[in-house]
Parts: sequence; C-alpha cells; structure tokens
Amino acid sequence: MKQVFPKADAERAIGNVFAAARGRLPGAGPVAKIRARAFEVYERTGLPHRRMEDWKYTDLRALIGEVLPLAPRPDAEALVRAKVSAEQVSGDQAVKLVLVDGIFAPELSDLGRLENEVVVRSLREVLENSATGAMAGLVLSTTSDPAISLNAAMATDGLVITVADGNAVKCPIQIVHVATGLSVSTFTRSYLQLGKGAHAAIVETFVPAGGASGYQANDAIIVLVGDEASLSHIRVAADASDAVNISSAIIAVGARAKLDLFSMTCSGSISRYQGFITLAGEGTKLSANGVNLIRDKLHADTTIVVDHAVPHCTSREKFRAVVDDCGRSVFQGRIVVRPAARKTDATLTTRALLLSDQAEADNKPELEILADDVTCGHGATSGALDDTLVFYLRARGLSETDAQSLLIKAFLGELIEEITSENLRDFVTAQAEHWLQAGR
Amino acid sequence: MALLEIRHLHVGVEDREVLRGLDLNVNAGEVHAIMGPNGSGKSTLSHVIAGKPGYEITRGQILFRGENLLRMEPNERAAKGVFLAFQYPVEIPGVTTMNFLRAALNAQRKARGQQEFSTPEFLKRVRQVAGSLNIPQDMLKRGVNVGFSGGEKKRNEILQMALVEPSLCILDEIDSGLDIDALRIVASGINALRAPERAMIIITHYRRLLDHIVPDVVHVMSKGRIMKSGGKELALELEASGYAQFEHAA
Repeated sequence: MKQVFPKADAERAIGNVFAAARGRLPGAGPVAKIRARAFEVYERTGLPHRRMEDWKYTDLRALIGEVLPLAPRPDAEALVRAKVSAEQVSGDQAVKLVLVDGIFAPELSDLGRLENEVVVRSLREVLENSATGAMAGLVLSTTSDPAISLNAAMATDGLVITVADGNAVKCPIQIVHVATGLSVSTFTRSYLQLGKGAHAAIVETFVPAGGASGYQANDAIIVLVGDEASLSHIRVAADASDAVNISSAIIAVGARAKLDLFSMTCSGSISRYQGFITLAGEGTKLSANGVNLIRDKLHADTTIVVDHAVPHCTSREKFRAVVDDCGRSVFQGRIVVRPAARKTDATLTTRALLLSDQAEADNKPELEILADDVTCGHGATSGALDDTLVFYLRARGLSETDAQSLLIKAFLGELIEEITSENLRDFVTAQAEHWLQAGR
Repeated sequence: MALLEIRHLHVGVEDREVLRGLDLNVNAGEVHAIMGPNGSGKSTLSHVIAGKPGYEITRGQILFRGENLLRMEPNERAAKGVFLAFQYPVEIPGVTTMNFLRAALNAQRKARGQQEFSTPEFLKRVRQVAGSLNIPQDMLKRGVNVGFSGGEKKRNEILQMALVEPSLCILDEIDSGLDIDALRIVASGINALRAPERAMIIITHYRRLLDHIVPDVVHVMSKGRIMKSGGKELALELEASGYAQFEHAA
C-alpha cells in the first residue's frame, strides 16, 4: 500500500511501534539505554526521505509511509511453513542458520554441523546473558543512517558468529531469513567476526514462507574481517513481491585481507541494500558486486560505499541491473579515498539492461578522492538488449525468449563467474534462472 | 519442387524499395552464386530469407520446400534447415562458443522433435568439425567471437553451419576480410558440406571465392533484381566487363 503520510503521523506511528515492542526486546540496563538512544537518533529524521541525499531515489517516507507493528514470535504453525521455504533456498553443503520473523530458530538450523572453529550464538542469548553490559556495544550504531539506527533500537535477534584466527571454514555458513507474517515488521542484527588469517564464506538469503505478505524486514550485519583473512559474502534477497526489505552491511576489513561481496535482489516491492565497507588495513583487495533483477512495479536500490582509509588497497565494484515492465532499479556507488590512502586503485562500473520502455534505472557513481597518487575510475551505461545479438541467436534456432534469457545470463555472467566457490556460483545462477523463468 | 522458390519479391527498408521483383529458384544439390555491386540488395535478400526484423515485404513470396517461409519466425526457419552465415558475425561476451553451439544445436533438434545430443556426443562432433577448420579448442571456450580475428569469425560461422547440417546455406560475403590462407580453409569447409540434399547461395563481390567453390549457377544482381543468370563462366565474364552494363540495363 503506497500512501504518503505527513511526517507527524508517521512519527507518531513509529513511536507507538517502539513503545509497544520495548518490553519484548532483549537486553536490559545498558543495552536498553543504547536502544533508547538509537531510537532518539532515528526519530530526528524519521523514515528516510528524498531530501536526504543518500536516499533520494528511495523515498521510504513516500513509498512505505509507516513502520508496521513488530512481528509476533513465530508459533509452531509458522515454523512449519518457514521450514519449507528455508529448505528450498539452502545452498548445497551450506550450514543453515534460520531466523524466522526476526527470531533465531535453532530447531530449523544445522547447529550440529557447525565446524569446531566456528562459534555461533543468538544475539538474544548474548544480550540477555551479558551481566556486565560489555556486549551492549553489539547494538551500538557506528554508521549514521536512520535505517541502521532503527535497527539498533528494534533488533529482536540475530546471529553472533566468530571464526577463530587462522581457521579455514570448509562449508559456507548460510543465514536464512524467513518471513511468515502479514503486515508486520522484523528487525534482525547479526555479527560476523573473522579472525586473523581465517577463511570463510557466508551466504544471506531472504525469503517468504507460504502465506507471508506485506511484511517489512530490516536487517543489519556487522562484519569484521581480520588481517590476512579472506571472506566471501553472498546475499540473495527474494522476498514476497509486496514486501519491504531494508538491509545494511557495515564491514571493516583489516590488512592484506580479501573480501568478495556479491549481492543480488530479485524480488520485494521495495528493497534497499546498503553496504558500507571500510578498508582499514593496507594491501587489502575488495571486490563488491551487485545485481538488481526487477520487474512489475518493484523498486530495488543497491547502495555501496567503499571507504579507502589506508594506502595500497584495491577495490573493484561492479553492478548490473536487469529491469523489465515498470520496475525501477537504483544503484548508488560511492568510493571515498581518504587523504592518507595513497596508491589506492579503485574502479566502479555500472550497467543497466532495460527490457521495456517503462523500465527505469538510476545510476549514481561518485568518486570522492582526497589523496594524491591514486588510480580511480568509473563508468556507467544503460540500454536495451542489442537486436542484432537477439537476431543472431534466433537465426541459429533459439526462440526469442531463449535468446533474451541467454543474453541476460551473459550480462550477469561476468559477475556471477567471479564467485569462486562452484557451489555458491551454482546457487546464485539457480536464483537468477528462477527469476528469468518467472517472467515467462 | 525447388527447395527455395522466391517469387516476385518486393522488400522495403524505411520507405526505400531495396528488392524490386526478385525471382529465384534453387534446387537441392545446387550451389548458386549471387554477385552484384554494393547496394544491389544482396545482403537484404539474405536477411529476408533468414527472417531478420526491420524489412517490409510489400509483395511476393518465399517458399521453402513449398512452405511459406515469410510466416515463420527466424528460429523456425533455422529448425526447418535455413542457415545464414553472417557477413558480420556478432560478438557475444559472456556466452562461450561451446555453450552457444550446444544451445543452438539442441534448440533446433528439439524443434524438429529430435533428441538433444548427449554431452560426450556433442563434444565429439564439435571437436571433429573444429579440427577440420583449424579452430583451436581454446577458441571454443572463449565468448562467442569475442577477440576473434576476421578469419576466425568466419571460420566460426562455418563451424556452426557444419554442426547444424542445414538444407539451405546462405553465405553472405563469407570471403570479406579473409586472407588467401583463411579463404582456402573456409572454402574447403564449405565444399565439404556440398551434398545432393543441400543447396547453397553464395553472395560475393569477387570471383576469387568462386575459384575455390565452383558454383552451378551464377546470378548477377543489380538494383534489387536478378538481371542475368548463367553458368560458372558468367563470373569470369563479369570480372572482365564489370557490373556497369547491368546497372544500365536496369
């Protein structure tokens, strides 16, 4: 439902949602204080709107109007539905950790298959059992953004994952977010800490259970990648077509590390994925790739900010959008090169494929270079499928739909091919194929 | 019944008439060469037979084994056995030649109600044909025509043609951009496909190609029509006298 609420009404509504939820949020004392403060910060702006530069293409105040009441704890029936969806999106070999309506569901998760070097706790457990309040920092907001502040105030649960120094985790860890409700909101917040020299792959997926509709998911993940560590981080959002998903990733990477990010949004009425990546140690290599697959009247926004804080880091950011019908894709890519970050090598390219006359793609690449002696570049293109390519394929026997699908897959292929794990590559390919099939 | 029968074909592109009452009959087993100056409508003819969008057929018809070809989608025409070797083969980054060949071959087989090739069967066929055309294996793993030289692109067209085994091969200036050695390889690839059940239409500016692929019939095309047809000696005659006489005749 799209309605424009005057700010006062929207604010009153969210105030009520927070007041109603407060008693259910884990963590007393210092945690509760941080939550209240985060909420105050959120309230200063309210829902992000178009007059905020970072949100100008995704005006949540106009698009969603209000924050829905917090989802109730999933009952047995909801867990049964969630289990079906969680199993459908499970990657091969992945160790699943399932969050249902914002609450960790150990009974649906593969805790027994966790490798020894990996420690997983639920955020709720950590916040409730931290007598000293030392863990209160877990809900602290470090990045100033209303969606993240609201997440800090409202997070009901999440996962706190640590991988000890020097360990290579064999199986990918997959966080599966399943929504089962109708017109409710969920808030999840997770942490991943990868020790020095550790290697891991993490997958995040968002899916609805059968019957889920009109929900709003707000997720945040805070990731610390240690020196010489290597992380592959894959995210696939395939929410209900009338759902809202606002996800934030706040990532800090140490020295001589390697981080490969891949995020793909293939459904959801309004989606926003925002990644804030700080390269905090020298000699680190980042690849941050994103894909929006959009049709109908859906709106997907991918916003990536790469902050080169130190010298000698390399970042490669590539984005692709495929937009059909009246869909709207937004990509904002910002590269910041701090004064100290000499010898930075950063590039950003974005390409959009528009499959209909009404399809829209907004691309905003930005370079903010404050250092000398750097190599930075960006490029942006958008256009329709090339008719001569389509005809060539048809002249070789492919139907028009197959020719288009093959060209779309090729368009995405370059990014998907960069996923090094064959299993994860197949997983992402299958999700993209599923999207293509659904449009036929 | 001729394999291909074109009757009084009129075709326009953006309000300009490019083909103006073209007639052509091609029987199975024959190789026809169509020669003519730039702008005579040779490429348009090849595109219209293959079904490229953007042309307006105002009059006439094209029958393929007695069926109305103009009512078919390009992919249906391909499945029926029509193959166009492009003058300018396109580059398709992100799709490997191998995957492209498999998709094309299996789409055609499926449309004809035949079983798709198994992977080993397919690989064996590709290797065999690629070998005879001097196409190295690593070229097959690259994106379709991406970074290929002019000669490699044309050899890739012949590779596709050999794999799908069409009934009618239309070769649109397959000799353009080829040096002598590449021309010899391409021509011998084409000659290897000559068969009693298969016909070919070779579109070219130059006689040189016809020294390697000897045609049964030579047509001279000018201003959207076939002005003269004859045996292979017509090509020699053309080289001596040029196209000008036909342009005046029109």
